[in-house]
Amino acid sequence: MPLTTVTNPVKAGSRYLSGNDAAAEGAIAAGCRFYGGYPITPSSEIMEYMSREMVPRGGAFLQMEDEIASISSVVGASWSGAKAMTATSGPGLSLMQECLGYAAFTETPVVVVDVQRAGPCTGQATKVGAGDIMAVKWGSHGDYQVVALSPWSVQEMFSLTVEAFNLSERLRVPAFLLAEEATGHLRERVDLPETIEIYNRDYTPGQPVFGCAEADGIPSMPCFGAGEKLMVTGSTHDQWGFRKTEGPEFHDRLVRRLSRKVLDRKAEICRHEGYYLDDAEVVVVAYGFTARSALRAVRQARQDGMAVGLLRLITIWPFDGELISRVAQGARGFLVPEMNLGQVDGLVRSAAGDTPVKSLTQVNGSTISPASILAALGEMR
Amino acid sequence: MARSMEKYLRPEVKTTPFCPGCGHGVLMGALLRAMDQLQLDMEKTVFVSGIGCAAWIPSPNFAADTLHTLHGRAVAFASGVKAANPDLKVIVISGDGDLTSIGGNHLIHAARRNQELTVICANNMIYGMTGGQMAPTTPQGHLTATSVQGNPYRAFDLVKLVKGAGAPYVARGSVVRPYDLIGYLKKAIASPDFAFVEVLSPCPTQYGRRNKLDSPGAMYDRLGQLCRTEAGNDPACFPPEDALLLGEFND
Ligand SMILES: Cc1ncc(C[n+]2csc(CCOP(=O)(O)OP(=O)(O)O)c2C)c(N)n1
Ligand code: SF4
Ligand SMILES: [Mg+2]
Repeated sequence: MPLTTVTNPVKAGSRYLSGNDAAAEGAIAAGCRFYGGYPITPSSEIMEYMSREMVPRGGAFLQMEDEIASISSVVGASWSGAKAMTATSGPGLSLMQECLGYAAFTETPVVVVDVQRAGPCTGQATKVGAGDIMAVKWGSHGDYQVVALSPWSVQEMFSLTVEAFNLSERLRVPAFLLAEEATGHLRERVDLPETIEIYNRDYTPGQPVFGCAEADGIPSMPCFGAGEKLMVTGSTHDQWGFRKTEGPEFHDRLVRRLSRKVLDRKAEICRHEGYYLDDAEVVVVAYGFTARSALRAVRQARQDGMAVGLLRLITIWPFDGELISRVAQGARGFLVPEMNLGQVDGLVRSAAGDTPVKSLTQVNGSTISPASILAALGEMR
Repeated sequence: MARSMEKYLRPEVKTTPFCPGCGHGVLMGALLRAMDQLQLDMEKTVFVSGIGCAAWIPSPNFAADTLHTLHGRAVAFASGVKAANPDLKVIVISGDGDLTSIGGNHLIHAARRNQELTVICANNMIYGMTGGQMAPTTPQGHLTATSVQGNPYRAFDLVKLVKGAGAPYVARGSVVRPYDLIGYLKKAIASPDFAFVEVLSPCPTQYGRRNKLDSPGAMYDRLGQLCRTEAGNDPACFPPEDALLLGEFND
């Protein structure tokens, strides 16, 4: 069975960890056996951790010459059969984009931890931001889908890294941990489980590798050296990997399947948490570190007598617009606080129907305080 | 292609994709013979290529695992393939533009790291696939689609470049001397180090046409006359440095 329960290979129990170290441990727990990377603040601690741990655990580590090489090596390693990852931040993510499209198009499982910093450009390299929401989804050319998860705690830096691997291996898509500097560098207590569920990729010998009968199917994935004579190509291909750069039907079928295999599984993929939603008239939609401030603000507002709740998005991509639409039916307003100029805000608006959406944006390199969110809620009374 | 080499090719592949007279087809034949003489285990060999005419030498033709990557990135992909499964033989075959322009950084760093990889650069001194634009390997003064008055820059000497970056095995062969070439390819593939073979491989369509070498035959004749196995500076030579000096360049 692809889904198996294993003993957690890293130290279980109550521990005091930084977010970046927790992400590295989550990767190891998920079975990651290749790390290729290039240093960049505020993600480098993940790379340093993996440089120490990969070889003793039977894996491999390569410090590459740049982020283009990093993600390329990760895709290569994945086809050699290893669960493979890299970690980066904004500028590195930008460099990886062409190859992320390659991973999506060739259905290569890869995990990228993006510890977001204040962009655009070099921006404020050591300060927090959440400006890569759209970049992880739309950064490469053409149409494709990815998975992106947004941790709000050190605990989730661990658990969502495991989940990113599981989804990436199961769906054969690039999966992102959309972390933020604030969570990457946060130190707090975590409770790591004794056992974890991990997904090992599905391989049936002799099956087509790049297509299947279902319009949203996920083909079997072998690796190099298995005797399958694989043809992995970034050109449009048939189900065996033969280049098909002429017939319009090949491209259409492939591009649609690559989207549908993710979008048709939203119900299985998408996760969220609700706080005080039952009678909430105003709903704060938040994710990542901002959701911590939002929860505090919501609790305070409740004490102040306001019927407000929090919808915390754990899965950002695929975006669960249906969830927003459902919540919108009982709400008279949404507030979307974000450490960018309104990236998830637009997604919420497109699903909110007639329910008004208020955007609270902050791009000053620091986290949004509960007081700011409380003040914005006050304006919605 | 000789019948005896057919076992290395996918049965679905009936023809090469190259123009008549393209050197890449000759290189493909030489590589197959080198593999055959080495009795290479095709089930444990991965061929990695980038984007360009040369990148089609292994893909989809060779009956082995092939990884046809992005323009310039073949060596970086190959590094991950090899690191994650050291039991695989990993052979990169790509063009001069692919490996030394857009992919130049990956090439020199892989040579520096000295990971066990075989890198074969099919050097036609031009961007063949995209219509004959100037490459970093185009000889100074030569005509391309983006240097109609003659390339103003010097060309890379790829042997010196890769050797300077630390590659333990470096050779330059040419499709006009196929038996020597097979020897270099065999040594490179058998090497436990980073091994690099530059292969001079004419592009009659894009290069010959623009540089008064109208027929493939004329191009091969000219290349045959110019290739040398001993150092020396012949001012009449194109390109005027030692870029046509064939052999193995190891200490
Ligand atoms: C990122 C990117 N930039 C540009 C191209 C266009 N392109 C395709 S092949 C090629 C040149 C290939 O030249 P070379 O590697 O020398 O191979 P040849 O065709 O000469 O054998 C270029 C520029 C591309 N595919 N990707
Ligand atoms: S364009 Fe040049 S390199 Fe490409 S196949 Fe034709 S002759 Fe060969
Ligand atoms: Mg070329």
